[in-house]
Amino acid sequence: MIEITLNGKTRALDAAPDTPRLWALRDHLGLTGTKFGCGIAQCGACTVHLDGQPTRSCVTPVSAVGGRQVTTIEGLRSAPAKAVQAAWESLDVVQCGYCQSGQIMSAVALLSRNPHPTDKDIDDAMSGNICRCNTYARIRAAIKQASKALV
Amino acid sequence: MKTERDINLARRRFLVVGAGTGAGLTLGMVLAGCEREAPPAGEQAQAGPGKAGGKVLTESRFEPNAFVRIGGDNSVTVIAKHLEMGQGSYTGLATLVAEELDAAWPQVRVQAAPADAARYNNLFWGRTQGTGGSTSMANSWEQMRKAGATARAMLVSAAAQEWNVPEDQIEVSDGVLRHAASQRQASFGELADSAARPPVPADGMLKDPHENRLIGTRLPRKDSKAKTDGSARFTQDVQLPDMLTALVAHPPRFGAKVKSFDADKARQVSGVEQVVQIPTGVAVLARDFWSAKKGRDALTIEWDESAAFKQGSEEIFARYSELARQPGSVARNEGDSAQTLRGAARRIEAEIRFPYLAHAAMEPMNCVLQRTADGVEIWNGDQYQTPDQHAVAGVFGIEPQQVKINMLYAGGSFGRRANPQSDYLVEAANIVKAGGRQQPVKLVWTREDDMRAGYYRPLYLHRLEAALDESGNPVAWRQRIVGQSIAAGTAFEGMLVKDGVDVTSVEGAANLPYAIPNLRVELHTTELPVPVQWWRSVGSTHTAFAVETFIDRLAAEAGRDPLAFRQALLREQPRHLGVLNLAAEKAGWDKPLGKGRGRGIAVHESFNSYVAQVAEVSLHPDNSYSVDRVVIAVDCGLAVNPDIVRAQMEGGMGYGLSAALSSEITLEEGRVVQGNFDTYRVLRIDQMPQVEVHIVPSPLPPTGVGEPATPVIAPAVANALRAASGRAFDRLPLSLSA
Repeated sequence: MIEITLNGKTRALDAAPDTPRLWALRDHLGLTGTKFGCGIAQCGACTVHLDGQPTRSCVTPVSAVGGRQVTTIEGLRSAPAKAVQAAWESLDVVQCGYCQSGQIMSAVALLSRNPHPTDKDIDDAMSGNICRCNTYARIRAAIKQASKALV
Repeated sequence: MKTERDINLARRRFLVVGAGTGAGLTLGMVLAGCEREAPPAGEQAQAGPGKAGGKVLTESRFEPNAFVRIGGDNSVTVIAKHLEMGQGSYTGLATLVAEELDAAWPQVRVQAAPADAARYNNLFWGRTQGTGGSTSMANSWEQMRKAGATARAMLVSAAAQEWNVPEDQIEVSDGVLRHAASQRQASFGELADSAARPPVPADGMLKDPHENRLIGTRLPRKDSKAKTDGSARFTQDVQLPDMLTALVAHPPRFGAKVKSFDADKARQVSGVEQVVQIPTGVAVLARDFWSAKKGRDALTIEWDESAAFKQGSEEIFARYSELARQPGSVARNEGDSAQTLRGAARRIEAEIRFPYLAHAAMEPMNCVLQRTADGVEIWNGDQYQTPDQHAVAGVFGIEPQQVKINMLYAGGSFGRRANPQSDYLVEAANIVKAGGRQQPVKLVWTREDDMRAGYYRPLYLHRLEAALDESGNPVAWRQRIVGQSIAAGTAFEGMLVKDGVDVTSVEGAANLPYAIPNLRVELHTTELPVPVQWWRSVGSTHTAFAVETFIDRLAAEAGRDPLAFRQALLREQPRHLGVLNLAAEKAGWDKPLGKGRGRGIAVHESFNSYVAQVAEVSLHPDNSYSVDRVVIAVDCGLAVNPDIVRAQMEGGMGYGLSAALSSEITLEEGRVVQGNFDTYRVLRIDQMPQVEVHIVPSPLPPTGVGEPATPVIAPAVANALRAASGRAFDRLPLSLSA
């Protein structure tokens, strides 16, 4: 059994140690908000927070998490998270929605460390997250709106 | 009854429901207050924000027709016959119902319809249920409004009877019926039981457009919340008891087959339950994805490549280039372009190459399939319910109606999930059949599986020739298109291939809007074993580029401004002109840009909508370029939800921009070179231009918005790059260093 700290709670799972964190979350712990998009850390759909830092869960074995805190879209509770989700809804950012958990995890991590990002800060922080619906213009706008709400 | 409606008639336009115009409305299952024997398949779908689970519902409810259900809890559930894959269909369809029902937007929920072509067919496609061709709103425009109007009429009738007042004295707004004189009012939910009692009326009355409260406004999307908190369910998220995950090892080349395989090591992987050979390869079934992946990696397969396709893209282009110099099947002919070209004062030629393109939706193809006592049950973000039912039924030798489809959201599609061969569903069916298991199987394709499985936008080559007279006016145009047919060999062949011409190969060229007296468009349809399919905006993905960049070349040759040149040739095309002029005005077409920058314009009609785009580009010292700003004008008839129209314009443009900048599938000796987003490069946020959308006000019925923005951006960017660099482009993606 492997133990991880997930969304504030200790969870045990019976998975091969080389199972990527993404598949541990999805197949073993039933948390499907974190998505599979590429499997090689190119698209960002699988982004989760590890001690608050955005990481791609598709390439890191679950056994490598150690004692660090894993936060998924289902476990977002912080003020920046609430601001980001509210802005996402109010601007109707989503289209198909499949990448948006990852987009939101990246955006929350950005605003948590940098509440007032410049346009370039936003592009730099978000360029690892692909959206094939190309909602990028609204993602930028929503991050700015969330930033204002955090004042 | 009739006299009571007279005042309403004055207010509302009477609408006769004739036979065949509203198949769904003819079915009036009235079951208020009753337990239902079995809910329709759609109620088990997790896709809609409505209640999940297939439990028998006991609450009172009113079902005036196949599209509306009013619950005793005052909810209005709209049954959506179209897939929600990002385009906003759930919100749009619900808007049409809510408008005529005079419902309050927050009380409206959306639930996916079950697979049932008799009730839920696409009205543009005969007896076929499916989503595509940017038709969701256009084909549902009257049907869904009638559904709402009929339900409203029944609620009014019920209130009139209950209160013993004339119907024409009852007002309805925001989900509440009121009778002012007696100061009585009731919510929809309170009337659900009594509304279910009178017979379904044979008519509904639609509002005059000026009475619309919801249509034409920015209503929030019904799927935003679930897609923002991670709770939205996609096919990939389906988890069922005892479910196995299947991965398939596919052949390395199109047309190759399994010769032999050794699965001993695969079977030793913990979690692997079974390995089976199927027509498309070798499938590993395991308790979870990672076990299935490790099992697949452990397979040793010898492939029979004797019949495999072993050519590369460049060889295909070379052959196409030769074909383009010979006459093809005629898609359009006016005047005598050959004669005019021979005697021309100035003659311009171009040959343009378009690569194969993968759809690369964020959710790789997948589905869940289970053999049941009654037939087969599928969980899928299904875009082609009727063809998929037939294809899967064929694998098991059962009837199509025995195939039940539970709808999920689709994580994008861009055409891919509307596969005429139902390829990934048939693969899942073959796995379940070969495995002989009763438990559900989730077929998961990795990104590489998805990208290398084919069903690409076909590789095309266009050869264009035009003649200008002494004044610089185009007098002849000849365009030859070479490529595979998307429709040939599919159930759609009869509908889409006419006199040897696949209309999806020539759309956007054969209907050239420019007034050129001698015009000929020809097609060479090739046959290759590379599977091809429609890709967002279909034929226009290549024809718009060929036409709109070639027109720019002609303008340059004539020494004319590209906008003015188009305006002169589009005098008889008011809707093209409308968007062209609007985009040019909003972009500031006449304002000079600095050195190293350029502006380009393109206009194109597809799916009965008109889109013009102006792109601004900057050249960089390292031979790269950026697209800085895009101004979009669209005429899509009445914009049901202007914000969703804007979103589709922004996103559709971005989808096309990926193909303009960097996306291509190339074959080398028959093998697909690209496998993931590291090599199949798509637009990222730092490449997204500033974008603004302007909608032409229109009273006409709504037309498509999902696709029409996509084909316009590549020619707009190419024209901007030509303006900045002086270079013309003869292949996509657009590279300054090639």
